[in-house]
Amino acid sequence: MTDVLTQPRPIRLKGRSFLALALTPELPVADWLVRLDDLAARSAGFFLRRPVVLDIDGLDIDRQELRELVEQLSSRNVRVMGIEGARTSQLGPDMPPAMTDGRPAADFEAPAESEKADKHAIDSVESAAPVPAHQQSVTAAPSLIVSRTVRSGQSIFFPEGDVTIVGSVGSGAEVVAGGSIHVYGALRGRAMAGSTGNAEARIFCRKLEAELIAIDGFYKTAEDMEPELRGKAGQIWLEGETIKAAILG
Amino acid sequence: MGKVIVVTSGKGGVGKTTSSAALGAALAQNGEKVVVVDFDVGLRNLDLVMGAERRVVYDLVNVIQGEAKLTQALIRDKRVETLYLLPASQTRDKDNLTPEGVEKVIAALKSAFDWVICDSPAGIERGATLAMRHADIAIVVTNPEVSSVRDSDRIIGLLDSKTLKAENGERIEKHLLLTRYDANRAERGDMLKVDDVLEILSIPLLGIIPESMDVLRASNVGAPVTLADGRSAPALAYFEATRRLKGEDLPVTIPGEKRSFLGKIFGRKAA
Repeated sequence: MTDVLTQPRPIRLKGRSFLALALTPELPVADWLVRLDDLAARSAGFFLRRPVVLDIDGLDIDRQELRELVEQLSSRNVRVMGIEGARTSQLGPDMPPAMTDGRPAADFEAPAESEKADKHAIDSVESAAPVPAHQQSVTAAPSLIVSRTVRSGQSIFFPEGDVTIVGSVGSGAEVVAGGSIHVYGALRGRAMAGSTGNAEARIFCRKLEAELIAIDGFYKTAEDMEPELRGKAGQIWLEGETIKAAILG
Repeated sequence: MGKVIVVTSGKGGVGKTTSSAALGAALAQNGEKVVVVDFDVGLRNLDLVMGAERRVVYDLVNVIQGEAKLTQALIRDKRVETLYLLPASQTRDKDNLTPEGVEKVIAALKSAFDWVICDSPAGIERGATLAMRHADIAIVVTNPEVSSVRDSDRIIGLLDSKTLKAENGERIEKHLLLTRYDANRAERGDMLKVDDVLEILSIPLLGIIPESMDVLRASNVGAPVTLADGRSAPALAYFEATRRLKGEDLPVTIPGEKRSFLGKIFGRKAA
């Protein structure tokens, strides 16, 4: 017999996004596989350890054909972690799960295509490497500006960075951001900052009347919030594992 | 081309049907052609409030399903000859409303009437979304209490995303109609203040309708409150709301509030 452990510490639920390679098969599948083999031959290990999502939006194949395609790919060491754009009829319990709401990201660089690549196979593998990190750090962090009131039942989801709302967040509305959340109005709904594991994220608002606030998976409900902060302009941040709040200005 | 108004709220029992009938009758009394459409299929009430329950032959669902012509289903009011009612079906359910059918009916009504008032059912499901779908103007009926205000906020969000106007990138005109306002309870502080409701919902105020026995009395005799007793407090408030709806800039008075001298001079800015 195992006892159920009752622990006061809640389970932390965090969102995290990963960069996956989206493969878009074309009909006829056999020809497409030949081209894929060609690409793989030029660059051994291109698909190795890369999460791959199969984008079959608009592709006219049935469940059996899709299952065969996934098997064909796995025999080539291409492991499909999910399928995007599939109809329910095309999927089965034995197949990778359906994925939705994919956002475009920078294209993966395909291995160079020239005789040189054949001669210097090692070079071409290197050229397929992602852009060096120091180049990426120069670009500004993405942010989202919402210049309207977020109404009850609406949800703003932006795991890429900061969210600024020029307006209020209504009771029963929610804002989820990978970075900080700024509300130039009353925050009456839920605000979850640093949802992708950013403990440095903060929440700022003109009028704090939130139902729930969370940073990096740690949360506080309205009931646990200091009553003297209610209705005031405030900021909320994380210190260790405690949520701190203070009046602004 | 007439204008399509949806009277909506999210929450039930706040006064959508009463307001649809009262505003419809008030608009029609000026000689404009008005039709009030009941979208509450399965739970129709508008026929009772307008005193036409004994004259219903065909309804909205019959028209949508091609079992009757629109002219057969329209009921003309006995008191105001430019006021019409298109009743809902009581025996069917809301699944009988199809988007194509509603679109056709609204288009036909728009070409024949100056105002098409759609009385939305409560909730945010099919009936409510179809009632708001083709609206040019939305009247959000809200009571001064928290649950009604939050539901109205939800509805405003839907108006800004699910209506045809919103999908075409246009803005749907939205007005707040605060109903069942009780001056005594407001004074005791056990009701939300008008300013708090306006701050939360942040849409222009069309009018404040006082809680009154006259409303109940009117619906019991089957007459819109603006026809039953045109001099009663709620009727006067609906008449004012109608004038604002047509673009007049009238100050809104909060029922029962003692106005200061300065307040009298500056009034309250509506919308």
